[in-house]
Amino acid sequence: MTTNSRRTRIDEQIVEIVSDSGEGAQKAGQSFGAVSAKMGNGVWTVEIIPAEIKPPARSRAGASGIRVRFGAREMTNMGDEADLVVAFNEQVLYGRIEQGAYREGTVILLENKWADDPQEPVRAQYAEALVEFKKRGYVVHELALEKACLEHTPTPRLGKNMFVLGMLCQIYGRDLKPALDEVAMIFARKGEDVVKRNQRLIEAGAAFAAEHIDLHYEVPAWQSERAMVVMNGNQAAGLGIMASGMEVLSMYPITPATSVSHYMAGVFARMGGCLHQAEDEIAAIGFAIGSSYAGKTACTVTSGPGLALKTEFLGLAVMAEIPLVIVLVQRGGPSTGLPTKVEQGDLLAALYGAPGDAPKVVLAPATIEDCFHFVITARRLAETFRTPVLVLTDANLATGVSPFPRPELDARWLAPPFDQADWDEKVPPYDWDGETGISQRPIPGQKGGEYVLTGLAHTRQSKVAYDPEANQLGCDMRSRKLAALQKTLRPPTVNGDPEGDLLVVGWGSTLGAITEAVDRARGEGHRVSSLHLRVLSPLEPGLTEIFKRFKQVMTVEINYSDDPITGAGAGEQRRYAQLAWVLRSVTLAPVQCWSVVEGQPLQPAKIYNAISRYLPPLGDSARAADKKSSEEAACSA
Amino acid sequence: MFGLKDDWAFDVSPRYFTLEDFDGGVARWCPACGDHAVLQAVKRICRDEQLPPEKVVAVSGIGCSSRFPHYMSTYGFHGLHGRALPVACGVKARRPDLTVWVATGDGDCCSIGAGHWIHAIRYNMNLVVMLFDNAVYGLTKNQTSPTSPVGLKTNTHPRGAWLPPLNPLSATLGFTNVSFVAQTVDWNPIHLHATLLRAYQHRGLSFVRIMQRCPTYTAGLFDDIQKKPDGMTLLSHADGVPIDDALRRIIKGEIEHDPSDLAKARALAEQGDPLPIGLLYCDPSRPCYEEYTNAGLDMKPEDKLAVLERELNRFAV
Ligand SMILES: Cc1ncc(C[n+]2csc(CCOP(=O)(O)OP(=O)(O)O)c2C)c(N)n1
Repeated sequence: MTTNSRRTRIDEQIVEIVSDSGEGAQKAGQSFGAVSAKMGNGVWTVEIIPAEIKPPARSRAGASGIRVRFGAREMTNMGDEADLVVAFNEQVLYGRIEQGAYREGTVILLENKWADDPQEPVRAQYAEALVEFKKRGYVVHELALEKACLEHTPTPRLGKNMFVLGMLCQIYGRDLKPALDEVAMIFARKGEDVVKRNQRLIEAGAAFAAEHIDLHYEVPAWQSERAMVVMNGNQAAGLGIMASGMEVLSMYPITPATSVSHYMAGVFARMGGCLHQAEDEIAAIGFAIGSSYAGKTACTVTSGPGLALKTEFLGLAVMAEIPLVIVLVQRGGPSTGLPTKVEQGDLLAALYGAPGDAPKVVLAPATIEDCFHFVITARRLAETFRTPVLVLTDANLATGVSPFPRPELDARWLAPPFDQADWDEKVPPYDWDGETGISQRPIPGQKGGEYVLTGLAHTRQSKVAYDPEANQLGCDMRSRKLAALQKTLRPPTVNGDPEGDLLVVGWGSTLGAITEAVDRARGEGHRVSSLHLRVLSPLEPGLTEIFKRFKQVMTVEINYSDDPITGAGAGEQRRYAQLAWVLRSVTLAPVQCWSVVEGQPLQPAKIYNAISRYLPPLGDSARAADKKSSEEAACSA
Repeated sequence: MFGLKDDWAFDVSPRYFTLEDFDGGVARWCPACGDHAVLQAVKRICRDEQLPPEKVVAVSGIGCSSRFPHYMSTYGFHGLHGRALPVACGVKARRPDLTVWVATGDGDCCSIGAGHWIHAIRYNMNLVVMLFDNAVYGLTKNQTSPTSPVGLKTNTHPRGAWLPPLNPLSATLGFTNVSFVAQTVDWNPIHLHATLLRAYQHRGLSFVRIMQRCPTYTAGLFDDIQKKPDGMTLLSHADGVPIDDALRRIIKGEIEHDPSDLAKARALAEQGDPLPIGLLYCDPSRPCYEEYTNAGLDMKPEDKLAVLERELNRFAV
């Protein structure tokens, strides 16, 4: 489809396809995202997942589908309200409306077959919805999608998604060729006929839109010089695990971490790797620790409840200094919580969740690209510092799909730590360097290195020791490793001016949304900057100095905190968001926070509203300072 | 850190190992504790089989018996209570060259680690698992164990253990893919050694229940079977634990038992008096999980890279 001169140029667009589950909306949206990425757009795709596996048809809770945000720049988050929605029935739209997904002016392309449904209640529901949607200011186009599909497939309910893909390609001026290639790839295994039928549906959808839908946009390319790949964060982490030279992935299924193993299952075996599905999370980490002890690179992948079970072994890995990588895909908690939803609620558990002093390295990827590279860094750190390393992603990164520059693989990443040369018998198994705490480990098979690893307090010789000095020394040495690692880190860079009224600090998957919100406020003239932490233990250095240059510092997070005005706690009673706790204790700065646990990725507009509370009105910073101090007074009252 | 040494494979200097080469110093178990005898037997097997100490790993959980690795001078892993088996399986996953001995107590294996026990039997990796069954929690000072006999007075059940004891042999014989189950006693060094040697020779997971005396908390528990002339029955078979004349002189009872007969093995497992000792069950044809976990061990980095590049191509836009 060539670019039409009648087309309106737009910088970005948010499109949703929503349906009952099983109607292929996600497949259509993913293909549309891929096609947009191929045309040089920045893209962020996120799945809309119903809470149940088989929700009833035409139900609010059953909203299943996908959101695709694409535009003429890098897309780092799902954005705010959708611009255009394709809906296969009106009921699922209610589910999305409850989530605040649409605004006045959102265009809805709605399947209209329900208007003539044989069942009266369905017809009534449909009519009622039309009234409601119009009242809300949505622009509804009723379309006979299924009927149009019937001309091309005997099973329109299954083929409709490809028809919609064709429609969207027409509306946004996408080439059909990449879409046709895409479905050829998706359906390759199902045979020529299926491929042909789906391709026909795409073409028909495009023709249908050209004839019946008077919407014509053009979304210019952003950049396409660099070779790009497009995938979700769990695939990126899985690929990272393999590229990092891991030989063993030992796991127990848990949402939303499981799909890392689903992705890896086929490929890993072809790479000579071993995927072990253990009997439970405890066994999963125990198996990985056993393999690592024996000189084989090993990792485990889990989510919150799994981390809870792995905690005792994690402590052992710290105590006995066993290299290990743990990818933690966070979900809503506590307990079984919100299995498919996003939360950043495991930071403190990752940092401190073990009895005694158990210092470990904690990294937090902020982008899908990071999910790949951080695993490679994690393996390196685990071996160099002889320690477990946690990589904290979340459900937002896990299911978000976005293009990023194709990684350049390095054969050195694949080299195993396995060493069977003789060990110098004079060197003890914990030959701690007094300054860095770092030591080399003997690996079974190395003659002269025989030692008994133990989780009990031990000496450099790994001999059990209960004397007062031994445990003090051991703890000291293990802590020193974090200090040594911290010395190699650079202070984080501030996005925006290095000083101002407000600094917004985040970590993990919220990077894109925070940056977007802060940039918007700054664009309006506010003196606000942001900073994003990716290394949380040891903490990136220089924060105290950076914080001093801002009148107020606050974190924005997806985990629980008491609202200082309306919430349970104020003053000393207040429970802060997790990073805020850490920053307050480390920098002694009165760091504020805004956080929610609604299970949703943070959206730029919500963040903008939240930080606005901490921003002085434009052009009046004196009054603002007053407002802030009175607010603080309210907090400590 | 990424240095791969490939010269190790050519180290062929002849070495001879004595018992001292496996000796990890004075074992700090109570005098007369049955654990001492097991340690001696394992060291002897390592010496007799001339296993290079660096190729031997003793893995354990937590408990008196789990101190076992500390008294060997091989590699050892003294981990967490109940978790010896997952670690041992992980060690074996990619290291077929290592010999792994697992020491676990009745609390360690049959209580806190029971889930792993079931699955380790099913994985059937090449390990010798020694269940030190003293029918009590020793390290934590006399609490009831899942194998405590009814009426045993402990600190948690001063009026006597209430529940019927779990039978580790019957249980193991009920787990899918079980491939080797034997029973022996700590006070007969000949039979103990012969049983552990037979276990070592088996391909797959060898589960050996060792009746182990605890002189401190369950003193006298095994007096009956130990002191009565007909307290034990030797299980004899060409595929079983070898029996010599010295053994026959000490233990009078003997029955022929074909260890491929699972139904018979289960019946014997239930028998307490006389106590059957020897090989109850053996099926060397059961699948071993290593066949799965070891796949691709020798794959070259170039070939791995090629797979990864193909993957990236798949995701390329
Ligand atoms: C998670 C955990 N729970 C409890 C303990 C305390 N504990 C240590 S050993 C043990 C039981 C030991 O009994 P058993 O396994 O029969 O071995 P024995 O000491 O009799 O050889 C217990 C309960 C522990 N170390 N870790």
